[in-house]
Amino acid sequence: MKANNSLSNIHAIMKREMAGYFGSPVAYVFLVIFLMLVGFFTFYISNFFEMGQADLQGFFQWHPWIFLFLIPAVAMRLWAEERRMGTIELLLTFPITIWEVILGKFLAGWLFIGVGLALTFPMVITVGYLGNPDLGAIFCSYLGSLLMAGAFLSVGAMTSSLTRSQVVAFIIAIVICLFFILAGFAPVTNVLSGWAPAWLVNMVSKMSFLSHFMSIQRGVLDLRDAVYYLSVIFFMLFVNGVVILNRRTS
Amino acid sequence: MIEVKSLTKRFGNKTAVDDVSFTVEKGEILGFLGPNAAGKSTTMRMITGFIPPTAGTAVIGGNDIRTAAIAARRLIGYLPENAPVYPDMTVTAYLDFCAQIRGFSGQERKARIEETIEKCFLRDVRHQAIATLSKGFRQRVCFAQSILHDPPCLILDEPTDGLDPNQKHEVRQMIRRMSADKAIILSTHILEEMETVCDRAIIIARGRIVADDTPARLKTRSAVHGAVSLTLKKGDPDNFIARVKTLPGVAGAQILSREGDNWRARVFPEANDAPILQRILSTLSEGEAETSAIFVEQGRLDEVFRSITT
Repeated sequence: MKANNSLSNIHAIMKREMAGYFGSPVAYVFLVIFLMLVGFFTFYISNFFEMGQADLQGFFQWHPWIFLFLIPAVAMRLWAEERRMGTIELLLTFPITIWEVILGKFLAGWLFIGVGLALTFPMVITVGYLGNPDLGAIFCSYLGSLLMAGAFLSVGAMTSSLTRSQVVAFIIAIVICLFFILAGFAPVTNVLSGWAPAWLVNMVSKMSFLSHFMSIQRGVLDLRDAVYYLSVIFFMLFVNGVVILNRRTS
Repeated sequence: MIEVKSLTKRFGNKTAVDDVSFTVEKGEILGFLGPNAAGKSTTMRMITGFIPPTAGTAVIGGNDIRTAAIAARRLIGYLPENAPVYPDMTVTAYLDFCAQIRGFSGQERKARIEETIEKCFLRDVRHQAIATLSKGFRQRVCFAQSILHDPPCLILDEPTDGLDPNQKHEVRQMIRRMSADKAIILSTHILEEMETVCDRAIIIARGRIVADDTPARLKTRSAVHGAVSLTLKKGDPDNFIARVKTLPGVAGAQILSREGDNWRARVFPEANDAPILQRILSTLSEGEAETSAIFVEQGRLDEVFRSITT
């Protein structure tokens, strides 16, 4: 009974958020731009045809960079808009828990991005038509991409809960996501290694979205990579909840 | 039904609500009255569980908002200030969302939505996006959301704010109709609204309750309560005042205005129930002034309001 109620509540929130996406031009703009960018990078920058390889490496390698800008745009309205319109007051006085709301909103965003990813299926068909790709690796990469998208989204949901301005939420989300992408690479490690202790530098470099995504792309879905993304999501949504509970007004 | 116990809210070192306690029973409409920023909305937000109290609590139908928040919220219908609704949804979709959140499913959900749409006169706009509706309709949509689950407790923060006089009248009628089996708290700064709708009024100023009484009894606190006002023609005003002042039971008399032949006077009794009207009438019949109007003042709420909130 209790679980059923929870599911029904999460479902209600999800349904409303999905209606929110598809009821406005945002959804269509996002989908079109996402598909156009993915196609552009794959065919013109990675030179998909000239490579002569039957894999989607040149397709997936751009996902983190496209997500960096597009997912904060998907996430920015989740909470900032509720705050701006004052509807957060009704949402938080309904007989549902804050975690049901957070999960409902997050899952709606994730599902929406999932729709975007699913719409890239012509890539799979193309590569399948031209050659004989490793479908297992492609499937893994899609799964990895979806997990990484979830991590980006959770960052965006969290920053969206901080402010009533979508623009501010968007920019902060990009900065945090950029940090996560670059965590294992020179720009971030160089800054840190000057003063931070070695264990911290080490820990930060393990937090990179990119290195975990790369290992999934190779076609092995290591449990550790999945756990990594899921724990980022869990942590960010937890912070999201703490922020909402402590900054309910204004 | 609603028991508020020493509710206190501090923002930093500013105390917004200070030790507010009251109870509202089923069938009662409590008017929450006060100047802007007196703490009305903050109190309501604490009762509905939007913001946590610094100290104290509220018990809704036996459920403490601190320990049984969800059970308490289930019994409450809430109309926040400015009636926030999702502009991108249609009226029906919005109510469907609220009904699902309230735990209704299948046929019952549909029936609830239909019933609420009828009750709140939303039939003509039911398939319209809320963004395209006027302020009055949005207010009604949010109001519809608050009564959708037929809650035993209704908390309405300025339910008639921004409505035209006809719409105000309609909303007040709706509230009165529902009051029989509900405990209702409504906040307002319109005194006339409190008089027509509420059974009891709590006046709050600077976070504290400064009065808790029926509107009629509040009016007796007015300085002009029980005074006799007269509008007269011709005669000698000064002579009249002098004579009236000598009557037993009269505390004072004054001339309010003179315009040509017409003049207005007010006579104050020593006590509220002093029978001065009869004596004034006989004084009038002796003089040569023509009486065009005479009435006993009921007291003015705005005056009471001003005297106890400043």
